[in-house]
Amino acid sequence: MSASLEKGVRVLKEVIDAPIASYFNSCVHCGLCAEACLFYTETKDPKYTPIHKLEPMRRLYEQEYTVIGRLKKLIGLSKAVTDAELAEWQELVYNSCTLCGRCSVVCPVGNDIVYMVRKFREGMSASGNAPDGLKGASNRTITIGSPMGIKLPAVKAQMRHVEEDYGLPIPLDVEGAEYMVMLSSMEIINFPEYLAAIAKIMHQAGKTWTLCSTSFEATNAGMQIGNSDLARVIVSRIVDGAEKLKVKTVISPECGHAFTALRWEGPNLVGRPFGFKVKHIIEVLDEFKEQGLLKTEGFETDRLTFHDPCQLARRGGVIKQQRNLMNMVAKNFVEMPDAGFMNWCCGGGGGASAIEEGEELRLEAFRKKKSQLDAVKPDRLVTACANCRIVLEEGLEHYKMNLPVVGLTEMIAEHIPDPVVPEAKGD
Amino acid sequence: MSEMQFLTWVRGTGLNIAITIFLLGVIFRLFEIYSLGRKKDLSEPRSVAGASGLNTVFRRSLPPADMLKNSPVTYIGGYIFHIGLAIIVFAFAPHIKLFESLLGFSWPGLPSQMVDLVSVLTIGAMLAVLLDRIVKPVKRYLSTFQDWFTWALTFLPVLTGWMAVQHLLLPYTTMLALHILSVELLLVFLPFTKLFHAFTVFGSRWFNGAVNGHKGVAV
Repeated sequence: MSASLEKGVRVLKEVIDAPIASYFNSCVHCGLCAEACLFYTETKDPKYTPIHKLEPMRRLYEQEYTVIGRLKKLIGLSKAVTDAELAEWQELVYNSCTLCGRCSVVCPVGNDIVYMVRKFREGMSASGNAPDGLKGASNRTITIGSPMGIKLPAVKAQMRHVEEDYGLPIPLDVEGAEYMVMLSSMEIINFPEYLAAIAKIMHQAGKTWTLCSTSFEATNAGMQIGNSDLARVIVSRIVDGAEKLKVKTVISPECGHAFTALRWEGPNLVGRPFGFKVKHIIEVLDEFKEQGLLKTEGFETDRLTFHDPCQLARRGGVIKQQRNLMNMVAKNFVEMPDAGFMNWCCGGGGGASAIEEGEELRLEAFRKKKSQLDAVKPDRLVTACANCRIVLEEGLEHYKMNLPVVGLTEMIAEHIPDPVVPEAKGD
Repeated sequence: MSEMQFLTWVRGTGLNIAITIFLLGVIFRLFEIYSLGRKKDLSEPRSVAGASGLNTVFRRSLPPADMLKNSPVTYIGGYIFHIGLAIIVFAFAPHIKLFESLLGFSWPGLPSQMVDLVSVLTIGAMLAVLLDRIVKPVKRYLSTFQDWFTWALTFLPVLTGWMAVQHLLLPYTTMLALHILSVELLLVFLPFTKLFHAFTVFGSRWFNGAVNGHKGVAV
């Protein structure tokens, strides 16, 4: 056994818990999870059946944690997990799984398959079997501060642009602000409108907010690759920043995994509950709406549909809020089949979009999204995740579909009257 | 060993051995699985009605949207043979007599003609899911020796029981003895094969419901 495999096996033994044991013992190989997975439905290749993606981990569980398994191993009826096998499984654990969690909600015996894939990735990463694209993203996040290699000066440049264009200040390192706003690299590079939207929304709501110079990047490649040590380092920066600035709430950007990493995994990674709240921007906007702090003018009249980011909706519990907000500014909002809780992934979640060699498969799987879109034929597609947005744009381009993709926060902000004079504030 | 001696053995010593292995096996396996424990979730829970472990234990008995249409044989066949097995085991008068002798109490059964019909339906449904496992690429791909073996372990008691009652193929005494033997094999193997899902299904659904319920998602 190689040293890296030994390490991987040790990590896997650590992450196997009662739920995983229960799940492996419950599987009856009914194959229903395949029907829930877009990598199977679009390729019809049985190897993409979700539960099969865990086969090496299942054998290791059996061999290490069951008497029967130990006996089988002893008499050679059960073969050991090898380096070659884990290398072969890379495609199944990363490229063809976006941690979307559809399999987990259809399994008749109740197996939370995505819970297991997330844990299996810990072993894959420890044994050196994670894809290069994700290794690079994690390294850049640890050493530079963001998966796309963005540093503070780039953020400051964006802040200046927004301040010049909208005449609204972008607060940085303001102690005692109510909200600390996080960004994703994708927003800093590709969608600077997001920052402008936040400024407008906060200005109208009359809320204090701030960016943090030591922690502006919310995405967590450590979680996607399955390395809790790295994920902890990344999330700790945010916790330190929020505690230093004594903010009440940290706002996760329009990014599904950033939300999961911070909201649900964060306290477990750092080993203690947070002293502040974590909310996705969509949750905050819906709260502002409920409190009468978000007032919009006019409506979009073209045909709009909404793509639910998996980590926000099915994996994060935010399903109604985005619909309340859509209806606030859209006259012609139509739902795709399976929208909401059962929505299909864009195909690039869970770090999959960072894996170059997975692109062909990703585009094949995108046919699922295409069929959903073909069913309602929208004029524009709205979403609330910068990663979904990029993946959707790539897929739409590949299939030559002329369909603009917009972020919900920006769309809402476009309907907020321009704050030309400071007196207009808080009316 | 004569037919009578065979029947006497499976009814006495054989049954005792099987029940002992079954009970100790179930307790041991439940301990082996659930003693692994899990870490407390430190994130702040989001409370939503209907999102809990217990809710999922029940809710997961119903097919999610569209899944029934995608895999009708798995769902309909699955429902028929699971419910069928429960009716045959717990509502057939001679079985209730056996439970009474073991437990000391009884309950009313169903008319034997009705159990007969249920048995035929169960046999049909089990053959259908077997065929589905052979022809469906995903199921065939996933299947291992255990899948075929446990199917046979479950099928034989139903088949032999029904044949004994119908006086088919073999003399009643022999068929009855074979029936009891097949049940004993089922009991002995249940804790150590995938048939153990009969117990862990509740734990699995509960964990799934609890983990996701913590996030305010009713799964």
